Amino acid sequence: MIRLDEMDKRILNEIQLEFPLSVNPYAVLAERIGIPEEELLKRLERLNNQGALRRIGPMINTRKIGGTSTLIALKAPDSQTHEIGEIINKHPEVSHNYLRPAEYNIWFTISAANRERLDTIIKQIVDETGCPILDLPTKRLFKIGVKFDVR
Amino acid sequence: MSDKLDPLSRKILEVTQHGIEYTHSPFKEIAEETGLSEQEIVDRLKEMQNQGIIRRFGASIGHRTIGITANAMCIWNVPDERVEEVGKVMSNFSEVTHCYERPRYPDWPYNLFTMVHSYSKKDCEEIAGKIADATGIYDYRLLFSEHEFKKTGVRL
Repeated sequence: MIRLDEMDKRILNEIQLEFPLSVNPYAVLAERIGIPEEELLKRLERLNNQGALRRIGPMINTRKIGGTSTLIALKAPDSQTHEIGEIINKHPEVSHNYLRPAEYNIWFTISAANRERLDTIIKQIVDETGCPILDLPTKRLFKIGVKFDVR
Repeated sequence: MSDKLDPLSRKILEVTQHGIEYTHSPFKEIAEETGLSEQEIVDRLKEMQNQGIIRRFGASIGHRTIGITANAMCIWNVPDERVEEVGKVMSNFSEVTHCYERPRYPDWPYNLFTMVHSYSKKDCEEIAGKIADATGIYDYRLLFSEHEFKKTGVRL
């Protein structure tokens, strides 16, 4: 865990939702925050190197461009979770992958062009790991926000 | 990934999804690569945002690195006829970053999934308790993430 000063927190809160889409976005942002653009760029570079900032870019709605995704819960033997986690990670279509201790203990999301492709990847993972799974595609989306309140 | 997107916009998404640079003119390179002006790149990004192809243009933060280390997947067994109403109430909690309805299975009764992020497990448990009180849904569990194997954006 790293230490953030008040300005770092302000910047991290600001750039999650209100990032100005313009040719020189950091100049706009710096003015809004009230610091020189040079300082903002330095801070962003540092926050990125420290891992507090992963990236600034578009969050893509795969459904809108014909893609689809699902959440898979997989039941792995407790002694093999890391090994199996790595097997799952090898698939580039796996975007998130977490260990959550419960009867189904590895939870990951897969995104692909269509349901057929998704089914192929799921089958591969089942074959590679030999573990039971639950396929949990979204039936209804209520919220996808992902704005963290940095305090 | 699909043919709904014209090749230039697709290219812009492919490049920018890995993160734009922290420089005065972060769209300069992609403009040169595509033969568009920087303003045209920005306009296309805005257009894709208006179309909903881009949910949001902004920062993805390393929440664990800055101390938001507790991340609970709360799973709720909600009567089917209440899903619509309960999903909306849960979504109104600011700590709930995601809320989805998903299918049940014979060994899996939980049909509503919410992600709760906060500074401690205790925080997450308290938030889930508040959500339970607000909705009257007490058949729920919190699955905390103990290890992150992978986290990338959804890639094209």
